[in-house]
Amino acid sequence: MEETVEYAQATGLLGGVWLLVAIPLVSAAILLLLGRRADRWGHWLGVAAIGAAFVLGLSFFFQLRGLENKSVELSLWDFIAVGDLRVDFGLLFDPLAAVFVLLITGVGFLIHLYAVEYMSHDAGRRRFFAYFNLFVAAMLLLVLGNNYVMLYFGWEGVGLASYLLISFWTERPSAATAGKKAFLMNRVGDAGLAIGIFIMFATLGTTQYDEVFTGVGALTGTTVLVLGLLLLLGAAGKSGQFPLQAWLPDAMEGPTPVSALIHAATMVTAGVYLIARSNPIFSANATLQLVVVSVGALTLLIGCIIGAAKDDIKRVLAWSTVSQIGYMFLGVGLGGAAYALAIVHLLAHGFFKANMFLGAGSVMHGMKDQVDLRRFGGLSKYMKITWLTFMMGWLAIIGMFPFSGFFSKEPIIVAAFEREDWTAWLFGGAALIGAGLTAFYMTRLFVLTFHGPQRWTEDIEHPHESPKLMTIPLILLAVGSVGAGFLLATSVPDWLTETAGLGGEHAEHEAVLSHAVITTLSLLVTVLGAGLAWFLFRAGTATAPQPAGVLVTAARRNLYTDAVNEAVFEKPGIFLTRALVYLDNRGIDGLVNGLAAAVGGGSGRLRRMQTGFVRSYATSILAGALLVMAAFLAVQAGWLA
Amino acid sequence: MTELKLPSIDYAAIAPILIMLGAALLGVLVEALVPRRWRHLVQLTLALLAVLAALTMVVLSADERIITAGQALAIDGPTLFLQGAILVLAAMALLLIGDRSVERGGAFVAQAAVTAESADDRRQAEGRNGLTEVYPLTTFAIGGMLIFVAANDLLTMFIALEVFSLPLYLLCALARRRRLLSQEAAMKYFLLGAYASAFFLFGVALIYGFTAGIPGRPAGVNFATIHAAVSDSPASPVLLFAGMALLAIGLLFKAAGAPFHVWTPDVYQGAPTPVTGFMAACTKVAAFGALLRVFQVAFADASWDFTPVLGAVAVLTMLVGAVLAVTQTDIKRLLAYSSIANAGYLLVGVLAPSRDGLAGTMFYLVAYGFSVLAAFAVVTLVRDEDGEATHLSRWAGLGRRSPFFAALFTFILLAFAGIPLTSGFTSKFAIFGPALEGGQAWLVIAGVLTSMVLAFPYLRVVVMMWLSEPGESTPTVTVPGGLTSAALMIGVLATLVLGVAPAPLLDLAAGAAEFVR
Repeated sequence: MEETVEYAQATGLLGGVWLLVAIPLVSAAILLLLGRRADRWGHWLGVAAIGAAFVLGLSFFFQLRGLENKSVELSLWDFIAVGDLRVDFGLLFDPLAAVFVLLITGVGFLIHLYAVEYMSHDAGRRRFFAYFNLFVAAMLLLVLGNNYVMLYFGWEGVGLASYLLISFWTERPSAATAGKKAFLMNRVGDAGLAIGIFIMFATLGTTQYDEVFTGVGALTGTTVLVLGLLLLLGAAGKSGQFPLQAWLPDAMEGPTPVSALIHAATMVTAGVYLIARSNPIFSANATLQLVVVSVGALTLLIGCIIGAAKDDIKRVLAWSTVSQIGYMFLGVGLGGAAYALAIVHLLAHGFFKANMFLGAGSVMHGMKDQVDLRRFGGLSKYMKITWLTFMMGWLAIIGMFPFSGFFSKEPIIVAAFEREDWTAWLFGGAALIGAGLTAFYMTRLFVLTFHGPQRWTEDIEHPHESPKLMTIPLILLAVGSVGAGFLLATSVPDWLTETAGLGGEHAEHEAVLSHAVITTLSLLVTVLGAGLAWFLFRAGTATAPQPAGVLVTAARRNLYTDAVNEAVFEKPGIFLTRALVYLDNRGIDGLVNGLAAAVGGGSGRLRRMQTGFVRSYATSILAGALLVMAAFLAVQAGWLA
Repeated sequence: MTELKLPSIDYAAIAPILIMLGAALLGVLVEALVPRRWRHLVQLTLALLAVLAALTMVVLSADERIITAGQALAIDGPTLFLQGAILVLAAMALLLIGDRSVERGGAFVAQAAVTAESADDRRQAEGRNGLTEVYPLTTFAIGGMLIFVAANDLLTMFIALEVFSLPLYLLCALARRRRLLSQEAAMKYFLLGAYASAFFLFGVALIYGFTAGIPGRPAGVNFATIHAAVSDSPASPVLLFAGMALLAIGLLFKAAGAPFHVWTPDVYQGAPTPVTGFMAACTKVAAFGALLRVFQVAFADASWDFTPVLGAVAVLTMLVGAVLAVTQTDIKRLLAYSSIANAGYLLVGVLAPSRDGLAGTMFYLVAYGFSVLAAFAVVTLVRDEDGEATHLSRWAGLGRRSPFFAALFTFILLAFAGIPLTSGFTSKFAIFGPALEGGQAWLVIAGVLTSMVLAFPYLRVVVMMWLSEPGESTPTVTVPGGLTSAALMIGVLATLVLGVAPAPLLDLAAGAAEFVR
């Protein structure tokens, strides 16, 4: 399949696409450089920057809709131009990038607004907003770049911002540790992405999207497989997918708006973006797609099972994020029209997960930062708005008709059943079971928090609803959780078909089950799961951890994946480091130290020639002059050269 | 009696030179007529405005390619580019010179005639306002440099050399504190400078003799005449080669090439730091502008003959600069040796005989000028009650005390070390690339090896600033006023921008990289 991909040059209003990245970046720089002088108004600058970016993004979006060829490229300057290696500092604004821009700036704006109030008692609020805007700038660069190097810049940028924000409360050792964990696990993935980009340079000589996608047809199957697996490794690291999922729940040590924006709505979906963007590479190799689908299916089950056993409200939500991204991976792995479905789910998820995270933050705000589900209960009476908005998010994530999750998740389950061989049963089954489990643990979370008897700690007398600045974003996001699904599912797939290689041909195979049966089944398991949870937890739960069976214990310990990581990555890593240190000390250092001693000794000796006396300087100039003269005359006489 | 024929002069093309020299003369009048209270402000404004006006004229005549004033001045691409570079860097240096917030009264002595280290001297150091004569001196020097890079014959070049050197000798002597060191530096610079000028002048005489010895050709020292004489000359006459050697020695002295660099550390250390920055940035541009013109215009056809010798000088310069930088304990001396090593790299560019090589060298001069001025701006800030704390041991732990300025200085040091995403990387690339293409691989290898050696002293300072505990004697960084901050930020930003997006300036340099003959 030889397909040429070309993008038109950006003109007119769209020539200002770079502003999307520049505005948040500049505001972050201002906040960081001005220091305490900006403490009083800094947060509003942060909010305004994201608001402006959103308005701009919206106008660019409408501009793009009016274009014939719905992809424009903007080359800002030659970033690297060395021999054959050319990297453009360029941006690409196409339907895929456009929906991400709207998600990042739109949801980002609401979360920023919420954070103004949420962080109002924190002395580091300005610093927080600076990092937050830095994150938005990097994320926008990630989705707007027109080549893999730009993507990598954004990728590292969001990693940095995420690291800074997870360990924002540096005084908590757990936050610092979680930051380090996120940093290290992301490094594993980033290394994969970097090597993937090197392979592109080596085999295709370019990293521009259009040239890579055009050239990928000429590569051998093995090269595509290796390249795709490396990209997948990067995507798994950033998106918390198996086997690199462990950092994401720990990342909840950061402030709640961070969890909502970075670790639920936007950054963690970067992996899905990478695979959707690189779809010509992934579509070129069936094995590759199978691996992606397997990773997605496995992770969505892992996330559900662990999520059902956790008692920390943010961690349950985090594991549900892991699981929902598993669905998205499943979607992008299925290929063809399912790419668009995954993006729809990603957008819908951005709304309802941000909604629930902010809701959790609102609960914590009213409950003196309590995060233990066993210590909530009966909050529906005290926090009406939080309760209602959270309910919208809950109904959306479990896929209840007619909330957004139904329209976004359901098609992915159907698509999984449309695979041509027995794997349809495997992956479709996994997706279906996942839907039931999701309903179970999310209902557990919802019931334990808002219903049943009150199990509060003694110091809380009367939980209060959060202020307006926090509830308004909640309400807006709840509206999104209700309505977004239908709107997105009907419009986005068509819109995305204009993106190079996305969507288009529907899979020709019949699903192994009819569409109606699948829909009925999935609604059935959802109701079953939710009903079971409601029945089990309607009367609350014990306030201390209870002894449990093998499965629950395993789930509480993250299904032992941490232990596996330790055995696979940490132990060999430590051994390798020790071996290298030994080699370094004995071999390389010896050589280098010898050289350094030689240079240092020579330097010390030469230094003595710098006496400070003009007479000796003049003599050395004279000697030098004689030498130069002699050399020139030697050349003249033909003795040299 | 024959009538005296006046050469035609294109005044618009040489306007930058006229503006700077005019402003300098005006500055002398200001000294005489304006009340003492106002002098500093008036002088600084006058000097900055003059630089700005001259820069505007340079930009306006950007497409000018002529030889004017009776073959004495060539206004062409390299001239205009280098004049622009000198003016921009000089404006930054003027900001440092004009700053009075870091040190009360400025970095310059209040009364130069007071005996150093006497009671009167201590009193003047305590905060009386510095001499304002520094401004006319600086503007004269800038004017001289503008002529130096435009000079199209050896005599004009010699006069320009003196015009910008004499004010520099004086400026070196005007430090407010450590005046003995400063006066010693000025004396050394003056004596050795005069010595080097003699070499240059002798070279001019020999070259004149060489051109006069070729039958049927006019004798003269303008570059077109020399060029024609070199290409026509049947043999390789002793006069030409001896003259070329002597000229090279005179110019290499100003450019701080080994073994004619010996004055550099002492003078850089003793001179007031803003003046050191001015010399490191602008004098370097001027000296290399002249070297480029002499060797690529006048002696272009002898390039096979001078390349090995100048190449050896380049390697020696890099080695001396890099190796001696390793054991320095004073930050200003360290930067001096680094500047010597950089002169070596620039010589590699002079020997890359292509348009790219010329463009790369000019780019390097600008990039290095910005970074080195920013570096000296930071040096002016690290101080205690006795003035600047230049001993490296005093910088230990500075990162803890003043993380912002330590971070800026770290960035500049990384740029000197040639780390990617800084101008240090792109500029080395711009020079070494064409040199490699021009078949000068040995120079490039020497350049890369010495940069590795040179990275060590830079990183040592970085390690010292960040990883050492601040001692009792670690000074804090004075928060600078607007002028020094502006210069510092311009320097740092330029270092970053030229490292990330060097293409516009490289294109500009490439467009300007052609001499007229």
